[in-house]
Amino acid sequence: MASHNESIIREPLITGKDITYAKVTEDVLRPVENTPTKAWWIGFSVASLFAMLWVFAVSWTFWYGVGSWGLNKTVGWAWDITGFVWWVGIGHAGTLISAILLMFRQNWRNSINRSAEAMTIFAVICAATYIVAHMGRPWMAVYSLPLPNQYGSLWVNFNSPLIWDVFAISTYFSVSLVFWYTGLLPDLATIRDRATGIRRRIYSICSFGWTGSVKTWQRFETVSLILAGISTPLVLSVHSVVSMDFATSLEPGWHTTIFPPYFVAGAIFSGFAMVQTLLLVTRKVLGLENYITMFHIESMNKIILLTGSIVGVAYLTEFFIAYYSGGEYEQYTFLNRFTGPYWWAGCMMYGCNVLMTQMMWFKKVRTNIPIAWILSIVVNIGMWFERFVIIVISLHRDFIPSSWAMFYPTWVDMSVFIGSIGVFFTLFLLFIRFLPSIAMAEVKLLLKSSSEQAKKKLLDAGHLDASHAEFYKESLTKFDSVELSDYEKV
Amino acid sequence: MSNTKFILGLFDDPDVMMHGIDKLQKNSIPIYDVYTPMPIHGIEDKLGVKPTRLGYAAFMFGCLGGTVIFSLVYYFLVHDWPMDIGGKPAFAAPDFIPATFEWTVLYTAFGMTGTFFFATHLFPGRAPRVMDLRATNDRFVIAIDAKGNTPHEDITNILKEAGAVEIKHNDRKYVSYE
Repeated sequence: MASHNESIIREPLITGKDITYAKVTEDVLRPVENTPTKAWWIGFSVASLFAMLWVFAVSWTFWYGVGSWGLNKTVGWAWDITGFVWWVGIGHAGTLISAILLMFRQNWRNSINRSAEAMTIFAVICAATYIVAHMGRPWMAVYSLPLPNQYGSLWVNFNSPLIWDVFAISTYFSVSLVFWYTGLLPDLATIRDRATGIRRRIYSICSFGWTGSVKTWQRFETVSLILAGISTPLVLSVHSVVSMDFATSLEPGWHTTIFPPYFVAGAIFSGFAMVQTLLLVTRKVLGLENYITMFHIESMNKIILLTGSIVGVAYLTEFFIAYYSGGEYEQYTFLNRFTGPYWWAGCMMYGCNVLMTQMMWFKKVRTNIPIAWILSIVVNIGMWFERFVIIVISLHRDFIPSSWAMFYPTWVDMSVFIGSIGVFFTLFLLFIRFLPSIAMAEVKLLLKSSSEQAKKKLLDAGHLDASHAEFYKESLTKFDSVELSDYEKV
Repeated sequence: MSNTKFILGLFDDPDVMMHGIDKLQKNSIPIYDVYTPMPIHGIEDKLGVKPTRLGYAAFMFGCLGGTVIFSLVYYFLVHDWPMDIGGKPAFAAPDFIPATFEWTVLYTAFGMTGTFFFATHLFPGRAPRVMDLRATNDRFVIAIDAKGNTPHEDITNILKEAGAVEIKHNDRKYVSYE
């Protein structure tokens, strides 16, 4: 029950004094219930300009065909699939946070899951647009579905990972959406009950008539738990299937059994980095420092460190196996990452993903907001280059030297990519404006047990092991939202 | 005879509210429902709400999804249009796993959530049946049907003793219809 005292040695998940249930609602709904700030308008204008660039570049692609991209006979997949895999990877953190961390009862997920899940959905939308765009003729997308047709029926080939991908991505998107929206219902009802006029009507429709009665909550929790249970293998399956698009081919650099776990770790790695990039700004701009605390930031950095190191081990394994396999094409592919014309891309990949993230071993780095923010961007640059290296460097020089070629992106390639980032941020900014960016009901659950004020009460009451109390006070020093002077006398 | 239809006890703390439930039940006052801004564990036992069977529904939907897609793929690749891929058998079961898995998850998610919405009467545009507007914000509300035999003052007193911060005598069941 809510009143159980949590052990003092656990760091608080909500900081600040005099936080009440009402204050949680006030703080979280401030951007939703007030007119947007100047910062929001500036961000939104810039993002939607880039989104417009995306619309233009994709329309150009559809009008003139994929010939307007820099692809050639040798490099038939380049920025399109790089962008697709990058976005799908980014879309992995949300469900990981909401599903896997829920199964492990990691309560710190409560204040970041909502925005991370939203980010997941937007990232998967961006990824899906790449799939449709790289077909060149978007109306042909229907042929990826197993529908009866006039050719026999000629069905799609379920032996092909590309078809598995269609199933994996569409299932992942729709299940994430259901998970996210079900979780939103109680919070939408909160907005509804505080709003008036047309806003009340709109939120009333969106909240499905949620009232918060005992039976609804009981079933809601069961639904969340089971959704988390089935989403956990789902999230692992999605990037495994994406990696099989490459791994089941015979291309040196792609034909690797390590790919599924390696891609999944990389996906979680880049997803958490994107969550970090967004939340560090969001918490500051929306004033949510008390809910997204230094503990959350450090925890996410630890996950980035862990997954970054797994990715590092995967890189080493790849190199070792290339050497040990004795296959000269395989060996050449991996040497070519450093000695070929794309050596700089290889350096970006290994430098950003492995060397830079190893800095996270230091607590000073993990708890320094500007450095953590820059590192989170570095990670995503590195992860983009990882996909570029795997896709383009492997393709550009493989079995037959006479077919070797270079890939040069055109302005359309670049505009589609930059534009997709614009689409992503436009959607995210709209989300922040119209929906609660923190799961209010879930944060309220923590208020009586895991908040700083609850722990302060325990300290004030005494009866604690002095070393535990000291340990707790020591852990508070890293928080930027804790008034340390309050603890001098305790 | 008063027009009061429902008596609401508003609490600002979930634990105090739980004691309030105990107190009301000790005095044999039937509780209509309880509305809270967040899930309160243990409340369903007190109110005698049966454990949900949504888990069984989820399992059934999952089995259905897996069966449907596995049968479809079998029909496509083995029965209707078998392909000769290097002389290998058309019934390449390992290749059926990804799609089977995905649809098992898909049917489970949609089936279970749909059942949840159906069973709790949640759908877009449903008129919210709210008894107190702060129940989704910061109040834990115990609703008592005023038609019972207990005098209203007694209920009020019990709620007050239990620590309710506000007690409302509502003339209409739901306040959200205006």
